[in-house]
Amino acid sequence: MSIGHALLGLLETGPRHGYDLKRAYDERFGQDRPLAYGQVYSTLSRLLRNGLVEESGVEPGGGPDRKRYAITHAGVTDVAEWLVTPEKPQIYLQSALYTKVVLALMSGRSAEDVLDAQRVAHLKAMRELTARKQEGDLADQLICDHALFHLEADLRWLELTTARLADLGAQVAS
Amino acid sequence: MSDVLLVGTDLRKSFGKTPALDGAGMSVAAGEVVAVLGPSGSGKSTLLHCLAGIVAPESGTVVYAGRELSAMGDKERSALRRGEFGFVFQFGQLVPELTCLENVALPLRLGGTPRKAAEAAAREWLGRVRVDEVADKRPGEVSGGQGQRVAVARALVTRPKVIFADEPTGALDSLSGEEVMRLLVGTARETGAAVVLVTHEARVAAYSDREVVVRDGRTREPEHAW
Repeated sequence: MSIGHALLGLLETGPRHGYDLKRAYDERFGQDRPLAYGQVYSTLSRLLRNGLVEESGVEPGGGPDRKRYAITHAGVTDVAEWLVTPEKPQIYLQSALYTKVVLALMSGRSAEDVLDAQRVAHLKAMRELTARKQEGDLADQLICDHALFHLEADLRWLELTTARLADLGAQVAS
Repeated sequence: MSDVLLVGTDLRKSFGKTPALDGAGMSVAAGEVVAVLGPSGSGKSTLLHCLAGIVAPESGTVVYAGRELSAMGDKERSALRRGEFGFVFQFGQLVPELTCLENVALPLRLGGTPRKAAEAAAREWLGRVRVDEVADKRPGEVSGGQGQRVAVARALVTRPKVIFADEPTGALDSLSGEEVMRLLVGTARETGAAVVLVTHEARVAAYSDREVVVRDGRTREPEHAW
């Protein structure tokens, strides 16, 4: 997640000072990971250096942290490009779980137990997300749904692998 | 396990030469939501049918509230299913010739409740699952999601002790499925009903308190020894 781009996107709605930006970010995107103040100001100074934001005045009575920042034309172009650039699909080819399953089979342990333990942990996480989703607002629901669909994909892999354990065991043994 | 309401033990059932259950068992406590997970053909629906007294196992026992289902006569078992159990299936469960209101009132009518009282209760339940507007429509005239909510209302109208739900969201899109699950589990919890929820979808199972996995007709409960 590019924090710089998220801050630029927030600045597109109007100039803000650092504290305001942090609050807006935390409210919309930082449910689990609120931004540290230091991170906000270091990101802003980088954006300033790159000409993507500019100072647009100081709040009355303010020190350095009360500076207001506005997005520049270059900043708007940068956000626009970032928005239409697809994120790299994350492919986990070096799965720790796959390694555990193979090692369990190689050592004569129960690979089914390995997969079952993982399923229990995944479903526990999914129950927590489902409960959080039901209590939360729409933003919470969308964030939790994203995580739920990913966990569900893992679970489908666990189920399929369980169904293929006998074949996998034979291959590992040969 | 305390407060056990329903227990199936060492259940075996075959269809022709194909074994569907091969020593499966599980328990359900009062008010508990238990997901039964497993791949297609693993035996999870047969397990549900045995627990609900719809199918008789060839061996093994099902005990509900201290009474063994196989020891009951057909009439007694039917009365139990009508009065204490509720059912939600994937589709095909609503009577197409009846309106949605009449469908929801049906279990009460079969139990002897006069029409007016049964339909008043049915209307209240349609409101609770937020489909009042379909009361006078026939099942063929409503969406899949609305139809499942009507089915949830029908399952709950008799205030059952156990609801058996077999792939209740299987024919729905994600959003409608989620709404049905929220209503099904939410209303079951409000009324204290236990739910046996058969599903192959983990997102649906995530509404449960715990899960039982069925593979090749056998059950597996790694977290829950009993």
